[in-house]
Amino acid sequence: MSHRMFLRSLYRLQNLSRSSSNVNPKHAVLAAFQPLLQNRPYANTPQPAASASSVNQTELAKFAAIADSWWDVEGPFKPLHIMNPTRLAFIRSTLCRHFGKDPFSARPFEGLKFVDVGCGGGILSEPLARMGASVTGIDAVEKNIKIARLHADLDPVASSIEYRCTTAENLVEDHMKFDAVIASEVIEHVADPAEFCKSLSALTVSNGATVISTINRSMRAYATAIVAAEYILHWLSKGTHQWSSFLTPEELVLILQRTSISVEEMAGFAYDPLTGQWSLSDDIGVNFIAFGVKNSQ
Amino acid sequence: MSRLIATRRLVSNIFVPRLATRAFCTDAPAKLNDVPSGSHFNKEPEGDERFMNDVPQHDIAIVGGGMVGMALACSLASMPLTKHLSIAIIDSNPALSNGPLIKKDDPPDPRVSTVTPATISLFKDIGAWEHVEQHRHAYFDKMQVWDYTGFGYTKYNARDADKDVLGCVVENKVLHKSLLSCLQNKDFNSTIYPTRLSSLSLPTRSVSSAGGSVSSTSSKNLANLAKLDLSDGTNLYAKLVVGADGSKSRVRELAGIKTTGWNYSQSAVICTVEHPTENFCAWQRFLPAGPIALLPIGDNFSNIVWTMSPKDASNHKIMNEVDFVKAVNHALDSGYGPRPESRVFGGDVLSSFFRPDVTSSVHERFEPPPKVVRLVSDRMAFPLSLMHANQYASKRMVLIGDAAHTVHPLAGQGVNMGYGDVSSLSNVIADGVAVGSDIGEVTLLKKYEAERKTANIAMMAVLDGFQKAYSVDFGPINILRAAAFNGANVFAPLKRNIISYASGERRLPFLS
Repeated sequence: MSHRMFLRSLYRLQNLSRSSSNVNPKHAVLAAFQPLLQNRPYANTPQPAASASSVNQTELAKFAAIADSWWDVEGPFKPLHIMNPTRLAFIRSTLCRHFGKDPFSARPFEGLKFVDVGCGGGILSEPLARMGASVTGIDAVEKNIKIARLHADLDPVASSIEYRCTTAENLVEDHMKFDAVIASEVIEHVADPAEFCKSLSALTVSNGATVISTINRSMRAYATAIVAAEYILHWLSKGTHQWSSFLTPEELVLILQRTSISVEEMAGFAYDPLTGQWSLSDDIGVNFIAFGVKNSQ
Repeated sequence: MSRLIATRRLVSNIFVPRLATRAFCTDAPAKLNDVPSGSHFNKEPEGDERFMNDVPQHDIAIVGGGMVGMALACSLASMPLTKHLSIAIIDSNPALSNGPLIKKDDPPDPRVSTVTPATISLFKDIGAWEHVEQHRHAYFDKMQVWDYTGFGYTKYNARDADKDVLGCVVENKVLHKSLLSCLQNKDFNSTIYPTRLSSLSLPTRSVSSAGGSVSSTSSKNLANLAKLDLSDGTNLYAKLVVGADGSKSRVRELAGIKTTGWNYSQSAVICTVEHPTENFCAWQRFLPAGPIALLPIGDNFSNIVWTMSPKDASNHKIMNEVDFVKAVNHALDSGYGPRPESRVFGGDVLSSFFRPDVTSSVHERFEPPPKVVRLVSDRMAFPLSLMHANQYASKRMVLIGDAAHTVHPLAGQGVNMGYGDVSSLSNVIADGVAVGSDIGEVTLLKKYEAERKTANIAMMAVLDGFQKAYSVDFGPINILRAAAFNGANVFAPLKRNIISYASGERRLPFLS
């Protein structure tokens, strides 16, 4: 499927350059990528005409079905729980450096406002709150927000998290701004990643941070994240991910660039089957996480 | 009956049990309603110690303030990521609140430990070693091991593995007191509860049900924590309970963790003895019933650890002192069998083959151990066993030290394994705090378990192997053991390997 898309985009690129000789090559490449990004399986489902939402109803339904088991460490979200400390390590390291905070402090993000977009049950929001940040967690699935609130009430530090059942676009309409916007393992589930990134950027203050983690659209990712994780090891239920919805790091960088966010650091997550542990690595072939800074206007 | 230490610098507080005044006051009801005034006497809580319905909450409750429990407290106090945590130490030992000063001219206590270089570096990192050095302690850099058959011996020298010392022998009370002083000198939020744990309730599974909106937020909050009931009637809540309460751990029993192990049909007799001159070497002779070890403790004193059958142990405990000293000298040198012959290395074909690899200690002759002239302490006897807990960690609970594992004292490794646990657990807790984890979460604690279980089981297998190998008095086995002695003495890589593993530098034997 990707081969066809690639050829189609190449054809469009050639056409563009043939039609006008002074076209900016960067725009040409982006234009070539546009159809690729819009040609996602569920983009044709009728969206509410009110606001261009990046919400994908089928994806929401998938998550609503297993919402009760968010905090069951052995349940369907087990891989996310195991991976959590690794992505938090990247977030902590890049954000401490960016905001000039002491990495040895137990609460380095004191005084900073974070938003966790697509927070689910709050697996990422709670540790961020424990690190001192004022966290707002948003998710389009009402059930997730309920579960997140219930679990956060168990810990007085986490109960300071503000959970809202809403979308990134709605927050933009409310003119909210945050020091750091984090969307982890979300962008592969949205209908329109370009719109989604535009919203994320609008939520970030200038010189603020944006962190996005997702899965690469590579053959290796197909073999590991889809075939192995869903069909062989049964870590994720079948259909959790659609390979065609994955983004390559280059695409993500380009999309973010269009929204005035320049990606400064990227890392991959590597899984060691012998120890059962994830670690940060340079290999962005499968899971990767990107840290970008919003350009100061 | 409530004594408060009212200096501004001292952060270790004594928690005043509310009910203790009942027996003494006529207006008991009024007293019972008082908020216990001990804990927050001289400073504002730094945000981490909360009172919820008058019941204190801590981040970590260490049950058992012995050598290993206090080391964990000090270790957490010395790391920037964990020094803001609020710790409760539960131990009824009066030495914790107002420890008697150790007088320099007391004879050494027979309860001593041999600390390995790995443990010494842990103590240096947490800032407790400087306190140990102010009291009696004895570094040793030489060790001689042989058995009663006289077929072979091994001499270890720290220089074989390019080290300065093989270890240091320190009295347990010195180690404990040093850790206590170290903790008191730190600006650390720790509270000592001078009582015992009577019951414990741990949350079963993470509370995620949609129901339960009836209970208030604060009680839901508490239901997610571990609750400790102390024997004087006080309660406290903690995010993590650490069981550091020894081989008969109450925490392990209350958490329902099963153990595997067996009793050795042996007991150890320990005492302190005196020599005419100072002893700088550690000596261990394997006898048919078990090894006798002579460890230097400082000045002209040495510590004896003599393993024998339980019946013999009680006999040796009650026999008169002169007879006992004679028995010790008999066991160390003159009795049970001949002295091994000193092997002079060189001159034969084998030695020319191995010449580049030999260690300097190969050339050292067999030395008889120094004579014991006087017994200077009481004799104590205790039974020996091997024990290993099936799990080290469960939700909001973790075991360290003897609560998790006990071993035979023949290689002086027991408490060092406990200190390895302390080092690993404090690093795991720091890593957890760094990424904002809930420190009582099982996934985090299992990382500690995975790291330490492999190392501890490997060490226990090695020690148990030695214990079994030496309890057989059978011709061919004796020859094999002698060959092992000689082999360990001659083959430098093997000797370096043994020294480095016993020093705690490597977690696993034979894998570098």
